[in-house]
Formats: sequence, C-alpha cells, structure tokens
Amino acid sequence: MNNKKIVSPDPHFYLLGEKAVVIAFSPPISLEIQRRIWALAKQLSGLDEVVEVVPGMNNLTVLLTYPQRQAAPIINKLKKRWEGSHAIEVPTRCIDIYVTYGKELGPDLPFVAKHCGMTEKQVVECHASSTYTVYFIGFQPGFAYLGDMPAALHTPRRAEPRLAVPQGSIAIGGSQTGIYPLVTPGGWQLIGQTQQPLFDPTAASPTLLQPGDTIRFIPNPEGVC
Amino acid sequence: MLTIIKSGLLTTVQDSGRTGYRQLGISQSGALDLPALYIANLLVGNPRDYAGIEITLGQFAVQFHQDSWIALTGADCNATLDDSPLWTGWRYFVRAGQQLVLQQPVRGMRSYLAISGGIDVPVILGSRSTDLVAKFGGLDGRILQNGDELPIGQPVRFLDDQKRKKSIGVQQLTFDNRIRVLSGPEMDQFSQQSQRNFWRTNWHLSPNSNRMGYRLNGDQLRRTSDSELLSHGVLPGVIQVPHNGQPIILLSDAQTTGGYPKIGTIIAADLYCLAQIPLGESIRFRPCTLAEAAEALEKQQRFIDQIEWGLYAD
Repeated sequence: MNNKKIVSPDPHFYLLGEKAVVIAFSPPISLEIQRRIWALAKQLSGLDEVVEVVPGMNNLTVLLTYPQRQAAPIINKLKKRWEGSHAIEVPTRCIDIYVTYGKELGPDLPFVAKHCGMTEKQVVECHASSTYTVYFIGFQPGFAYLGDMPAALHTPRRAEPRLAVPQGSIAIGGSQTGIYPLVTPGGWQLIGQTQQPLFDPTAASPTLLQPGDTIRFIPNPEGVC
Repeated sequence: MLTIIKSGLLTTVQDSGRTGYRQLGISQSGALDLPALYIANLLVGNPRDYAGIEITLGQFAVQFHQDSWIALTGADCNATLDDSPLWTGWRYFVRAGQQLVLQQPVRGMRSYLAISGGIDVPVILGSRSTDLVAKFGGLDGRILQNGDELPIGQPVRFLDDQKRKKSIGVQQLTFDNRIRVLSGPEMDQFSQQSQRNFWRTNWHLSPNSNRMGYRLNGDQLRRTSDSELLSHGVLPGVIQVPHNGQPIILLSDAQTTGGYPKIGTIIAADLYCLAQIPLGESIRFRPCTLAEAAEALEKQQRFIDQIEWGLYAD
C-alpha cells in the first residue's frame, strides 16, 4: 500500500442480538476499508472471547463467546481494535480460474454480448482481462462476492431464474460477476464454466477462495476465446 | 448400529452445529432445539453436544441392533418401545432387536433421539450435523430414508451398573409462543405504525418454513427508507424483513450473509421455542433488554447443568 491519505467515513457499531457485535460502513464501497476489515477479522478470530468472524461488504460481524449485558463496553473494545488496525497487512493470494466460455457451458454469453454491444469474443476478452478481488464469501459455501468487473459488462439478471445452475458456472448479475460452487437456483447470466472445485467439505481448505484473494479468469481454448 | 424403519417427514443427524467456517460461507446447521438435544445426550451419558437424530412431526420408527441406552426428548409423539409406552425426557435401556415407534406429535414439532455413544457419522468441518443445502455432513448430506443404517459410537460414560439399569426421567424445558426479541439495527427505519405492529401482531408461522428460516404472516411492515443494505453477516435468530414486509426468522441452516433489513433478533435462550411451535400457529414478540437476554441464557445453561449434576453427581 502507498501512503496516500484516504478519507474514509466513520463506521457505525452495533450489537446484533446479545452475542454478536458489528462494525459497518455506509456506501460507497471501498476496497481500502475492506482490506482493513480482512485484517481486523484475522486479528479478532484468534481471541478467546470471539467464536468467529463474518466479513461482509464493508462490514464485519463478530460472534462472541459470551452474551453481553451492555452494548458500550464491547463496542468500545471493537472501536479500539479498528483504530489500531491500520498497520496490519494481510497477505493476498492470486488464484487463476480456468474457464470454458460460451457454447453449452455459457448459454447466456450471446445475450450478454448483445446487451453490451460486443461480440462474444470481446465479452470473453473483457471478462478475462480484469483482476477481481474476493471481498467476502457468503450466500453458499465458497461463493465469492467479487469486485471490479468492468462496467462495459454490466448485464441485468435473467427475468426467469434457472431452477438449477450447474456447478462451476461463471456468471454475471448486474454489476457483479461470480462462480456458483454448487448446483443451485440462480438468476445470473451464465457465460462459462470452470472444472476447478470451488467447495470440497472434506479438503483441509474447504473452499478454493477466501476473503482477500485476487483472481483471474483464464479462457480455455475449447471455449470462446 | 441402528436401522431407520420409517424415516418420517424430515429426519436428519444433527449435533450442536458447525462453528468457524462462516467466513467461507458454510452455515451453522445443528439441532433447532439445542436444549432438547443436550438433555437427550445427558440422559444417555453422552457429552451434551453429541450427534443425535432430529425428527420432524414424528411418524418415525427405528430398530436398534445393539444393547444401548436411549432417550427421546422434545416433541411428545406417543412413542412406544416394542408396544410399551416410552416417555419423552426419560432414558431407557434397549436390547438389540427392539423397535422404537413415534406417532404424530401431541405437543411440539421436533423430537430428538440420543443413543449412548452418539450417532457416529464422519465429522466434517468440525461437526456431524447434516448441511442439507450444501449436501454434506450427517448421512451423505441428506435427509434420512427408510432402510438407512447409522453407526453408533463408543459410550463415554458407562451406565451399566445395576443401580443405574433402570429408566430415569428429567424435567424438560417448556416452550412458549411469546418470544423475546432485541431490537435490530434497522428497527428505526420502519414506520412508527409498523414498529408498534411488530410487537402487537400475532404472527402466523407460515407452512412455507424450513430449517433455513421461518416465514411469518401478519401485518405488512413498512420501511420508510428504500436504501439497499450492503451484504452483511447474519445469524440464527435474526429477523429479516424482505420487500414484501413479511418477516423471516433465520434458523440453523440459514445462509451466512444477507442483505435485508434486520428488525430484531430473537434472544439465544428463546430460539428453541421456534423449533417446537407448530407451523400455522401464531407467535408474539416481546421486547427484551440485553441484560435480560444474557440472564435468560445463563439460566437455561444452569438448568441443563443441574440436569447433568442430578444424573451424574454421585
């Protein structure tokens, strides 16, 4: 990170039930804040009084071991931790995802191309030329919320969601792109598919992606590229 | 080992659930009525968080293939062991070959069957609980079916001396349809009228409810702001209000993050009540303070601790 001063808004703090405390920022979304959220999450997850941490989009929910009788003491503790979290650096991993774009594995690629006024090849080029950040994981095991999709690719969700999106599907929904780790109903536009397993509950590291990772999509020669 | 003769509507292997994997999007899972699971386990000499069988709406039958202690807690389903009545909240010594049969519940929704040694399915990500959404844990990540065979673990506490070889019962928690709730972070984004209605409405539990969440029907809650929230962590007990104004209470199988406004959170000590109130009935929310919530949880833990001391103090 460079040393330029970033003016970030003040976070708000609150309890969610008697056993969780939350730090949250209002939009617009900031990667700088998210980096500090990851760092804070990492730091807090080792504490005895913390059961686990859940990073969201510019917020962090901290599950506590004991119920709180008052809000102020735990909020002040979290505030102090946040203020001290400037300096922490979380190492980031770079992960390549190999994607077969288009044809049967990406049945909505023609629609996305038409919507964006590009050829299918241009959509793939654009999607695969960007580097994406895993802001957080949610919705289902290993489902990454990715930031930084080029604006040229923004495409509305399907009017009629699919009942079963195939596992490993790469999709675009509005301004977001993502990968479906499991077969699930879904309304995003499917543009390709990866063979890499995103979720394996029996593996030492059960999900391929973690908050803070950066990923690149690499087109397979079998698909549109 | 035991064999499922009649699996019933929705029967799964559950323990106290998964912790530590929410940031990878992995749900908690686990018994919906945790105190009932704990008490069943304690009765048969297991650590309280061992895996048992969660049975929804009775109509279940199982055959045991080894001599064991068993206990049934939660919903009372007129259970019989080889045709003689078996009481919920009691432990019994069963012989290999005996069959336990549950009818429809007289009271409650979910029964818990514990067996000494626990249900010994593989531990996946720190738990034996079934994750029905991601399809892992429990028995092959799925609902139990007729003919399924479940392995039993080694008992930890031995209850086989003569003095103890008799049935024994404990008091169970009773459930209430007045559920204590802490105001949520977005409560004040709802109209004054809706905030009042939240506390005054008889909310009907929709039949369209499951282990992920309970949907409620009643007065439509109107939010005065239409700003979208950024996705954030959610927990069992959180009451979300989607755009249709009908609240959803998140339960054990809920996803780890959500985006709907949170009008309140059910206190941890009252969550088990939801596992037992029949769908179609109504519930009411009662405001509560943090101190009350913490006290209620401690009281509940003491109640369960006392059961353990009562059974094993000597």
